Amino acid sequence: MVYGTCGLESLCGPGQHQNQRCSGILGTLLTLSQKQQQQQAENAAGAAGKKKKVTAAQLRVQKDLSELSLGSTMKTDFPNPDDILNFTLTIDPDEGMYKGGSFSFSFAINQNFPHDPPKVKCKEKIYHPNIDLEGNVCLNILREDWKPVLNLNAVIVGLQFLFLEPNASDPLNKEAAEDLKTNREGFKRNVRSAMGGGGVRGETFQRVLK
Amino acid sequence: MDETTVADMANGDGSRIKWKFLDRIVSRQGPFADPDNPIGEQALQMLSSVKVLVIGAGGLGCEILKNLALSGFTDIHVIDMDTIDVSNLNRQFLFRQADVGKHKAEVAARFVESRVRGVKITPYCGKIQDKDEDYYMQFAFVVCGLDSIEARRWINATLVGMVDEENPDSLKPLIDGGTEGFKGQSKVILPTMTSCIECQLDLHAPRAAVPLCTLATIPRQPQHCIEWAHIIAWDEERKDITLDNDDPEHITWLYQKALKRAEDFDIPGVTYSMTQGVVKNIIPAIASTNAIIAASCCNEAFKFATGSNPSLAYPPPDANNYMTYSGDDSIYTYTFTHEKKDDCPVCGNLAKTMEIDPSWTLQEFVESFAERPEAQLKKPSIRSEAKTLYMQSIASLEEQTRPNLAKKLSELVSDGEEIAVSDPALQISFKYKLVFKS
Repeated sequence: MVYGTCGLESLCGPGQHQNQRCSGILGTLLTLSQKQQQQQAENAAGAAGKKKKVTAAQLRVQKDLSELSLGSTMKTDFPNPDDILNFTLTIDPDEGMYKGGSFSFSFAINQNFPHDPPKVKCKEKIYHPNIDLEGNVCLNILREDWKPVLNLNAVIVGLQFLFLEPNASDPLNKEAAEDLKTNREGFKRNVRSAMGGGGVRGETFQRVLK
Repeated sequence: MDETTVADMANGDGSRIKWKFLDRIVSRQGPFADPDNPIGEQALQMLSSVKVLVIGAGGLGCEILKNLALSGFTDIHVIDMDTIDVSNLNRQFLFRQADVGKHKAEVAARFVESRVRGVKITPYCGKIQDKDEDYYMQFAFVVCGLDSIEARRWINATLVGMVDEENPDSLKPLIDGGTEGFKGQSKVILPTMTSCIECQLDLHAPRAAVPLCTLATIPRQPQHCIEWAHIIAWDEERKDITLDNDDPEHITWLYQKALKRAEDFDIPGVTYSMTQGVVKNIIPAIASTNAIIAASCCNEAFKFATGSNPSLAYPPPDANNYMTYSGDDSIYTYTFTHEKKDDCPVCGNLAKTMEIDPSWTLQEFVESFAERPEAQLKKPSIRSEAKTLYMQSIASLEEQTRPNLAKKLSELVSDGEEIAVSDPALQISFKYKLVFKS
């Protein structure tokens, strides 16, 4: 994987023959009306206790989650543990220019997963060439290169990679990308300052230092 | 054949001139048909006694309803949740201008009934998800003319879930048609026996998306400007308003945003209707594609009902069950075998019934999986549709669901509920229907 940024069983059933209720026309009529009543009761009970089945999307997410390897730099938070389609992933990079920061991403997965990719947004306002100020993330497998054979692990590895290798050639935050391209040392200083809650080029960023 | 049925299907003068071609087909033995297959009036009887469900009364649905009625089907049900839009009228020929705003299923049903004598069409205006297994069980088979993958996956999973090996009537074939511009496909699914919609999920071409950074920095086409307004500008400026694709004010806002951006980048061509098209992801629908695909679907329906020739899905599992049609580069069809996937989450592993003691704790239940011969799971994670019972692999979820381990099963699941069990060592999840021992 290469990451870029961008009917009726006669009238009387065998049971009724056993308790000999089914004799002659009268018997048949009796059992028929009993049968109808019984069926109505069953229908009512059935309608009240309809069991929803685990959906295909839930099955796939359950499988993806059980295969996830988060390591020490990532953790998840499920606001509602019964809803596995919505959660937050926190990445604490332990190397690279974003080391020392803590970044959280909201994951929203719909019932059309894995046909549709998960919707992922960065929850903090951060200075990053591939993440805009609204938290939109430019990662190819989240959009144009998503395929149903990819899984949540691929997305998570892709996000982690963005902090190790911010990519200036596919910019979402144009200013940050320009800084990275033209002045790498200056970009590093800007990242430190932004992570501390400071301003860069007149834009104030959120403090994300641990 | 029953006399009343013959009379019902006769023309006004009592003759069957209108059914000449149908009568010719059913009065002869098909070249590949089972030699014992009934012909003549008996076959007509079969055709008129079959109850069939059509899902969708749109572009494909109109064609399907018309075709089925004109093929001799007399008991047709149709579901559609949509209402008629003026833009449907060029190809959805069962609707007229005066019908705009009315429910498609209702109008389509009444129109076909008024034109084809003896046909009864029962409409339901609503979602397929409103109906339960008892409803779907009444039909011989289902014909789909849908425009959404989500709806296809739902009906597919429902029909697969209904299959009861001891009851052959519980197997409901699914005939699925789909079109997109000049391209289309039709396929026949025998739930649990042949490749299902879920098995075929990766065949769908993903929506052609433009990289986000292109939209954000270097738009080259008018569509890029519209998509930018749609997914970036809206969130920046109108975050608190949920975008409604059918609200003209919302579309106008996006149109003006896109137009401004296009001017900034010197890109001509942004229009209101293009904005509508991009935002709603409208793919131009072509009437002839719908007609061709619906014809193929209805041929399959006719073969199922009369046995006059073998189905596209016959013999399973090696039949060429999937027909693709392409009309944009001359006319081309290709029919191939799409194989069932062993690890399909829907049909790869059917729910097994498991008797459990409801007074067991979840802990005891989890541990029992290590000993189950078919499972031997060391780290099972268990969910129902509504609840995460226990998830072992994710630290935060393990912690959150650990208190469940001490609870009794009767507190966590209801009698007859389905659960899914996954394990990192497993390619596929096991599904069980839990039945309480009394």
